[in-house]
Amino acid sequence: MIAEFKLPDLGEGLTESEIVSWQVGVGDTVTLNQVLGEVETAKAVVELPSPYAGVVTAITHEPGTMVEVGEVIIAFEVSAPAGAQVSPTTGTASEEQAPKRVPTLVGYGADPETSTRPARRARAAAGAGSSAISDAQAAHAAPTVQHAAPVQSVPPVRPVQLEDAPDVRMQPDRPRSTPPVRKLARDLGIELESLTGTGERGLITREDVVAFVGDHTQGAGSPVAGAASSAQSQREVRTPIKGVRKFMAQAMVESAFTAPHVTEFLTVDVTAGMDFLAKLRTHKEFDGVKVTPLTLAAKAVTLALSRQPALNSRWDQERAEVVTYNYLNLGIAAATPRGLLVPNIKDVQDLGLRALAVALGDLAKTARDGKTPPSDLAGGTFSITNIGVFGIDAGTPILNPGEAGILALGAVRRVPWEHEGGIALRQVMTLSLSFDHRLVDGAQGSRFLADVGAMMADPAMALVLG
Amino acid sequence: MNDSRHGTTVPAGMHMHHLITATGERTSDELLDEFVSDVDHVTLRGLYRDMLVIRRIDFEATALQRQGQLALWPPLLGQEAAQIGSVRALDPEDFIFPTYRENGVAYIRGANLAGIMSTWRGSANTGWDPHEFNMATPQIIIGAQTLHATGYAMGIAMEGKESLSIAYLGDGATSQGDVHESLVFAASFQAPVIFFCQNNHWAISEPVGLQSHLPLASRASGYGIPSLQVDGNDVLAVLAATRWAARRARTGGGPSFIEAVTYRMGPHTTADDPTRYRGVTELEEWAAKDPLTRLRSYLFNAGMLDAETEAAIAAEADAVAAELRDGCINLPDPEALSAFENVYVDPHPVLDRQREEYRRYLSSFEGSAS
Repeated sequence: MIAEFKLPDLGEGLTESEIVSWQVGVGDTVTLNQVLGEVETAKAVVELPSPYAGVVTAITHEPGTMVEVGEVIIAFEVSAPAGAQVSPTTGTASEEQAPKRVPTLVGYGADPETSTRPARRARAAAGAGSSAISDAQAAHAAPTVQHAAPVQSVPPVRPVQLEDAPDVRMQPDRPRSTPPVRKLARDLGIELESLTGTGERGLITREDVVAFVGDHTQGAGSPVAGAASSAQSQREVRTPIKGVRKFMAQAMVESAFTAPHVTEFLTVDVTAGMDFLAKLRTHKEFDGVKVTPLTLAAKAVTLALSRQPALNSRWDQERAEVVTYNYLNLGIAAATPRGLLVPNIKDVQDLGLRALAVALGDLAKTARDGKTPPSDLAGGTFSITNIGVFGIDAGTPILNPGEAGILALGAVRRVPWEHEGGIALRQVMTLSLSFDHRLVDGAQGSRFLADVGAMMADPAMALVLG
Repeated sequence: MNDSRHGTTVPAGMHMHHLITATGERTSDELLDEFVSDVDHVTLRGLYRDMLVIRRIDFEATALQRQGQLALWPPLLGQEAAQIGSVRALDPEDFIFPTYRENGVAYIRGANLAGIMSTWRGSANTGWDPHEFNMATPQIIIGAQTLHATGYAMGIAMEGKESLSIAYLGDGATSQGDVHESLVFAASFQAPVIFFCQNNHWAISEPVGLQSHLPLASRASGYGIPSLQVDGNDVLAVLAATRWAARRARTGGGPSFIEAVTYRMGPHTTADDPTRYRGVTELEEWAAKDPLTRLRSYLFNAGMLDAETEAAIAAEADAVAAELRDGCINLPDPEALSAFENVYVDPHPVLDRQREEYRRYLSSFEGSAS
């Protein structure tokens, strides 16, 4: 039999979650409680353990999609007959025993097997224009009699209080929606009553609200409620700000408007440095290890920071102290499937060049796979961003919050350059250094940048400056 | 994480009692040794089994929450020694007033597994009969149970019984007014109550350093209540400390306060994300002090545990987990009107009116029974 796993409410009262990753695929055999993948709720990223032992037959949502609680996300072929380890909620067997109360999944609301909402019995007053209908008749007729339009045309002389009648003061139905969507609508100044829900049983979804806003921004001045063409709304795409994007935005704003940034540039002839890297690649010590300009820059930064510790420090506003680090946790900006992250390598000062190259490789791979643990994201003290890989020469990087410096590596280009009194085609790159001017004076920043440049230009200088 | 709020309390003049070190070495403790002189290796292995089973229960319940079978679950991972060591020191007639996290304690007391789950599934207010197991329902209100425990203990004293009550509480609860009142009353009336405080270092996201600048155990002296600080990940030491407090209670010594220093390895509840506030290295540090690992090493060295006995214990734990899962999944939904039951002992007109209104509301849906 096929058993489906519906997205549960993973927090308290959450209505949706984003699929972050799947660790299983269709056709895979899974055991009970085996981790299927990860989902991100408004509260946390959590792993989903499999509720069944069986074979995966379908995965209905790709990573990156937002799924409403109660939607099927994955299905299994399970061998066990109904009962045993299989939740009766998803089996069909239990539906046949209608009178027996069956367990339901928490957070899905009652009776998930019922596809439609329990219909209200006809209102007592409605259609009961005369008191001729006895209580018993009303009670029994209600479920079947569908009263047509004229119910209100003859107001009852006096309200007939039937025994089974619902309280006449009962509120009319308000539009069905969920608290976050109601808040979104309120924030945008939209009345839910003016929307038509497209969700299950007329539920007004986030998309309905967003689409409504889109329609109305487009058709400015034409107040056609919810009737603008969908083609119009496609001219703009609205993406909720959340997850890594939201976090990064906050961090960047905090940094940009807290630390006074100064950026300096230095263009250096790195031909000798590149030759050195080429030599390393053939060295047996570095067999199987990837060495790049970033490797060299990371080493140069490590050595240069020991001469200018001001760039490896933190401004502690709360205590009115400058914290100078005697260690270096080197952050590397990485484009990951979930957005920009700056994982860092701990205690880089203790690493030799080979170990550093290996660590950089591991860091990048982990980030690309989207598996960077939170511990790698915390505690960075200085960062490097390698914009050269995108073919960019220079930039004015924003400091990773709390850090005193960030170095951007430009692309290495062959350009005509002054060399030994003549013009030669040389390999040249630009280094861009931003620093927090509260912590770092111009002289310190300049010396640091010059030191890094000198070591990039001629790695032998590391013997002098290290 | 150099922020002072994250620092653990400095035990100024306070001695942390322990009997088995983090690496599994048996040490001696002047105060505690006599309380566990009867504990042999077989008993110790039993404590190990208890801890492993409740860790397995915790794992299964966490999975069930992720699978939509529980609304919420408060993990006890890391606190096994504190729970097992304390409950195993009690007599059956001693009355327990737990927080919501003492689900391992409830299991040891004999509460039905599905019953324990029913609270977290939202299908019952309590999963066991408090009078059958001498254990109150899980208290969600932080610290409120200390009042109940103190009142109960005052009752024990008035009736001249030789029993006691124990209130479980956390580090955050020590900042509550209820706990202050409880300590005052317990001291004033010399009530036979044990305040068993599990300092798991986090009150949801607030570090213990924010609750107190001194060891929590040292607060008790301000009330005139004898206290001690014990390694909460050392099940033998927790057992001994609780027996110390129990003897005081049974012999007319009045209240005691125990601070069991432990660590919540999981989230506060399944709706929490501890990575947002936890220090980078905390988990690693505390994993090295794991309550099960140390006792396992000790038992291995003592020749009381081998691959075979370990497999047998694991199989036992798996069987408990399977029973828990089955019982949880098959819990029937409560009748909607049962929400009005067990609110008042005697008929209550306001509640009766509400029940009637709700019954009429329910009956307004087609297909409803009434």
